[in-house]
Amino acid sequence: MEKRKYYQPEIETMPVEEIKKLQSEKLVAQVQHVYAHVPYYRDLMDKKGVRPEDIHGIEDLHKLPFIEKSDLRETYPYGMLAVPLEDCVRIQSTSGTTGRRVIAYYTQNDINLWEDCCARALIAAGADKEDVVQVSYGYGLFTGGPGLNGGSHKVGCLTLPMSSGNTERQIQFMTDLKATVLCCTPSYAAYIGENLKEMGYTPDTIPLKAGIFGAEPWTASMRKNIEETLGIKAYDIYGLTEISGPGVSFECSEQGGMHVNEDHFIAEIINPETGEPLPDGEKGELVFTCLDKEAFPLLRYRTRDICVLNRTPCSCGRTHVRMSKPMGRSDDMMIIRGVNVFPSQIEAVLLNEGFSPNYQIKLGRVNNNDTFDVYVELPPEQFDDSVKNIAAKESSLKDALRSMLGIGPAVHLVAPKTIARSEGKAVRIIDERKLHD
Amino acid sequence: MGIKQVSVFVENKKGSLHEITDLLAKANIDLRSMCIADTSDYGIVRMIADDSEKAMRVLSEAGHTANIREVTAFAVPDEPGGLAKALNLLESNGVNIEYLYALVTTETDKAYTVLRTDDSAKAEAVLAASNIELLDEKHI
Repeated sequence: MEKRKYYQPEIETMPVEEIKKLQSEKLVAQVQHVYAHVPYYRDLMDKKGVRPEDIHGIEDLHKLPFIEKSDLRETYPYGMLAVPLEDCVRIQSTSGTTGRRVIAYYTQNDINLWEDCCARALIAAGADKEDVVQVSYGYGLFTGGPGLNGGSHKVGCLTLPMSSGNTERQIQFMTDLKATVLCCTPSYAAYIGENLKEMGYTPDTIPLKAGIFGAEPWTASMRKNIEETLGIKAYDIYGLTEISGPGVSFECSEQGGMHVNEDHFIAEIINPETGEPLPDGEKGELVFTCLDKEAFPLLRYRTRDICVLNRTPCSCGRTHVRMSKPMGRSDDMMIIRGVNVFPSQIEAVLLNEGFSPNYQIKLGRVNNNDTFDVYVELPPEQFDDSVKNIAAKESSLKDALRSMLGIGPAVHLVAPKTIARSEGKAVRIIDERKLHD
Repeated sequence: MGIKQVSVFVENKKGSLHEITDLLAKANIDLRSMCIADTSDYGIVRMIADDSEKAMRVLSEAGHTANIREVTAFAVPDEPGGLAKALNLLESNGVNIEYLYALVTTETDKAYTVLRTDDSAKAEAVLAASNIELLDEKHI
């Protein structure tokens, strides 16, 4: 059987004018749905003086208020829900504290839509029914595992729901069952690659032919390294829980940006300072509007990712706009080993554990894996002349950070006032990972 | 009973120890003993000074993380088995030692030892009951 080029060809190659028309129709209906069912959103619109009948199509999108992470925090846990809870079948959640955590709700239709997006990404990466897809993203609240798992089912691939970790077992299943597509974070792909290499596997003896990697920043040189080690073509995928999960956009074989699934999501670029929409091709903050999600339909959600949109036609035949890899953030969020981390979370733990919020985060990369070190000043009241007691405090701080962040940093206690300060303001983050080209 | 010990937190990096001793020297403080417990990242310098309160003040004012506490100190005959006898007593009475180091003495036939245990009151009672001489501030 010949491989499919697209999962939903009529949508993925739809003429641009028709996509715009489809988006306009869906937007009008979505705004009515949200205005009618989400009081928080209704208030935001009322405050901005915009009513559902003012929205006639995508040309009116800019009239709508933005939604930010702080709005989601304020409305936690049910405030953004646009359907009765009984119509929801699933939640997914972002990592982080209760304060930062976002719970996204899904109806069965929402799950279908999300999984379709992931199926499109898999077909674009050359997967089809006869492929064996190894999903080594985490399963659970994290959207990575469930999203690609669902997409793989839709395509009809044999799906290996490995989740992350236990690399020895990953390699055993990969080689015994001849997995052809690997889905995980790029750093984990690199790590699996290093292990395979050490075990004597060469690119031509590794069964994989493609990989879909996302959830964290990675560079062109990292892509090259993964492609060479595993003997595959590596595809980028982008998504966020607030909008649905992985598959909001995905790379095709041209590897020249990620096609945004425009029948479901409108992508805009705005000036992060003023909120003004920017023309295509200009660098700014990426904003998404969900066109047909039912349970948790965010309109104009500010992602804080800095990107560029490219509307020039792609030779793969897909007509949907391409977004660049995120080039940075317009806030202080860090992505460490695929997990979103805010400095404020670390501060909260330090205060809670009786340390001063004088700290420094150092991020580095060794063998394509993030190193995460936190330097904390030891205040006099925490000092003890017994190494055992200090080590216990250090270990308890490490545990608290791990439980708050979902990943464990190496904790180093340092003497007071030794953390570098520039012009009186402490330098909190030293990121030496060179994540962006 | 007991003597005062000043401890200070130092990072494992060049010059940290020298900075501490230099500060104390400039304040005209005499050190009678010093020991360092180190880990890969940091060390704890413990010392017995002729003026502990002043040493503590000097270190704190210079921005160091320091503390002052009472530790148990005792004298044993300076001969083979002198210390072993004392430690045997502590062990058989269930007193655990956190750390221990030697202290300078002017009495040639005696050895002075400083230690921190998990129960200093019990440690001192056990030693005293076996006629081991406990030391206080006037011995340093």
